[in-house]
This record gives sequence, C-alpha cells and structure tokens, in this order.
Amino acid sequence: MTESNYDEIMQLLCDRLSSLTNSDTQITPETNMISQLSIDSIKLLNLIMEIEDTFDVSIPINALTDIHTVRELADLVHKIKSAS
Amino acid sequence: MNLLEKLDAAAAARKSLLPNGVGAFGIPIEEVYSATEARIGDRRVLLFGTNNYLGLTFAPECIRAAHEAIDKEGTGTTGSRMANGSYFGHRALEREFADFYQCSSGIVFTTGYQANLGTISGLVGPGDTVLIDGDSHASIYDGCILSGADIIRFKHNDMVDMEKRLRRLGDRVETTLIIAEGIYSMLGDQAPLAEIVKLKNAYNCILLLDEAHSLGVLGETGQGLVEKTGLLKEVDFITGTFSKSLCSIGGFCVSNHPQLEQLRYISHPYIFTASPSPATIASTRAALVLLSKGSDLRKQLWSNCTQLYSQLEETGYLLGPDPGPVISAILDTPQQALQLWQSLLEHNIYVNLILPPAAPEGKSLVRCSVNAAHTTEQIKYVGDTFSKLYNMI
Repeated sequence: MTESNYDEIMQLLCDRLSSLTNSDTQITPETNMISQLSIDSIKLLNLIMEIEDTFDVSIPINALTDIHTVRELADLVHKIKSAS
Repeated sequence: MNLLEKLDAAAAARKSLLPNGVGAFGIPIEEVYSATEARIGDRRVLLFGTNNYLGLTFAPECIRAAHEAIDKEGTGTTGSRMANGSYFGHRALEREFADFYQCSSGIVFTTGYQANLGTISGLVGPGDTVLIDGDSHASIYDGCILSGADIIRFKHNDMVDMEKRLRRLGDRVETTLIIAEGIYSMLGDQAPLAEIVKLKNAYNCILLLDEAHSLGVLGETGQGLVEKTGLLKEVDFITGTFSKSLCSIGGFCVSNHPQLEQLRYISHPYIFTASPSPATIASTRAALVLLSKGSDLRKQLWSNCTQLYSQLEETGYLLGPDPGPVISAILDTPQQALQLWQSLLEHNIYVNLILPPAAPEGKSLVRCSVNAAHTTEQIKYVGDTFSKLYNMI
C-alpha cells in the first residue's frame, strides 16, 4: 500500500472522528480518541464498521485493545489493508 | 491517573448522568410480594422491569422442589463439578434440556452469562473468527474476548451487511462462528433466523443462537425462535439462561454435535466455578416442565404484550420494531429517559432505564418487561400512565 493510501486513511479517520465528537479539540495523529475526544466504545465500534466498508477489509474489534491514538488506528487499518 | 482515580472518574461520569438521590441502577427492592408487585422504598410498585416472562417466580411446584432439594442435599455443592462431582440433579437437568430441544447432549452452567462465556470460548480460539450482531449481549462480547478469536460485528439484523462481512473473510469462514439472539434485550426484536441460516449454510459456518429472552416466550412448547421458525435442526448450538422464564439462575448449551461434551474439559467458565445449588437445579427442573406445557401462559403473555405495545404505540412512543415481552420506549436524550423513568416510579411503576452506550444508536431507553401474570388492569394503568407522561417529555 502506498503512502498516499495511508494519508487517505488518516484523512478519513480525522474527518469521521471530527463528526463524531462535540469536542473543540483539534484532531491530529496524536489525539487520544478516548481521553481527548470522549468517543464511547459503541461509537468507536461503529466507526470500525465504516472503515471496514470503505476499505473492504475485516478489522477484528479485539485488535483495538492497544489502540489509543488516531495514528495507532491508522497504522492498524493500513497494516490490515496492505496484507489483504 | 492511578487505579483508584480511574474508578473515581467513572463514579463522577455516572453521577453526572443521574441527579442526586436517583438510584436507577441496582435499585433497592425491599420486599417482593408477587410476580408483579414489590416494595421500593415506601412505595408498593408494579414490577414492569423484570424478566419473569411466564410469571413463575412463585410457582408452588418450583418452590416445593427447591425446598425438598435443600432438605435432601443441603444449601450448596461447595465446589466445581470437575473437582467435586456432578449431583444427580445436574445430570438430570442436562438430559432434560437436551430432550426438550431434541438434541443429543446438553451442558448446564452456573449462570447464563457463563453459558455464553463457556460455550463461545470453548468453541473458538486464537486464529478463529466470530461474526456477531452489533447489538449482542455483553456475555457474547465477553465470551468472544475470552476466546481470543477475531471478533467481527455486523449491523444489527442486517443480512446484507452480514453477508458482506462473511464474503470478506474468504477462506477464514471455515473457522467462523456466527452468533445471534432469539430476542434482543434492548429493543425486543427477533433475529431474522431463516436468512441467517441460509447464509450460514451458504458459507458453511457454525451457528450459535442465544435463546435467553426467547426461551418460554416463542414457539408452541417455548423452545424459542428455533421452534417459532421451524429451524431447530439448522442451529448448531443453542444457549440460554434459567434467570428469565425459568425464574432461577444458571444457563445451558445444547447441541447435536458430540463435540459439545469436550467443553467440560476445556471451558474455564464451566470448570473453575461452583456448580449450581441443589435448590436452583430443582426449581429449574420444575419450571422447565411448566414452561414446556405452558402454552396457556404464553397465550396470556402475548395478549399482555400486545395490549401494552398497542397502547404505547397509539400514544405516539417510538418503540422497537416487534411487539413482545421486551417493550422499549426509544428516547432521544438521557435526560428525557431519566425524567420518564423517574415519573413512572413516582406513579408506582418500576421499569428499566438504559442509557448510552448500553442503548443502541446513541439513544436512551425506558424498557418495560411484560409477563403472563400481569393483569389487564395493571397493564392498562401502566399504558395510561405512559400516555399521561407523553407530553412531559
């Protein structure tokens, strides 16, 4: 997968997270989705379903255990997409 | 933030949802008078927030069986079946559940939660996949997490979405377990079992159906959604609980796959816990007889469900899609739900309050559970009170 695909993933995540939160926090790759954006678990799980559909991949929700920041989520999606 | 501060943060979040003095969660019930009435504080309330669907909590047959079991075998087994042995009642109940579902074998678990935990974590493991409905009960999520299998969700009851996710799995469908529920606990709707079975067969997966809320409620003999749809033989594993229609505590799994028996040796939630007490097993066995012969109770239950669902629908409440014993009024905000819940309690009606993220789609629910013992007058009073409060929210 190319760098531009990674950027596409990151952009999509930032856009979607922005629409899911009422927070004024500027969303960057280092933003913590739980502590800074207060994204609850169900919103996060629904976001994962959207990402699966956008990139036609399967993302196991148990892979989210160690995911805190937007960059970590983008890395995970990128890794799964690259392997598919 | 240290460990205790994390709990303080959780307590603060809970407090911010609920004004002082409102104990919507884990409300103290001082006395239970019957299957439909209890005392909360100094109020005699109507119980519309239990899962006592057939109204059997005070069935004389069950109470007598429990008394006799205590007299004969004592209050507890004091250990696990693996280490301390299986009583006659444990084995008899397993046989009776297997026979009830026309299956070759059955396993009894100490709670319904453990039935899902133990079955799921016994069936799948790391490298396998579970495909679950997005609105699955926490026991299903927790069982999947315990298993170490990859967890993929599909949109609630959306078969197009489910097939899309099955297709994406490719060769991994061979080691995929699909999990659905007979009746979903939040909105009271039923799984589209015929379509799920069609996909399960097309992709050659294994299917587990949790009949926790549908046992005793659906089907001529109360088997649940498998009986209502005539698809009993198409479901590989059926789990359920004793704590709803059977009015005790415990859970089960039945199957025609002989491999079910192996769960006794690999499933931690089965192995490392005390077995159900003699009284629990005895009352459950008596209740299972009443449940299987309880077509009149089911008729009454459905008449009651229809009465309340129709009245709330006519008033204008947004409800779950199917009438049934779980009837949820869907509200936009936690504040609306809290206000309605509190006002109902002030009118001596106890129902359940469910707030996000427990409720689906970010909504809040005021959930009623109807049972066969509710009288027409009790249901009318609840319906009239909901109507009276409609404009307030």
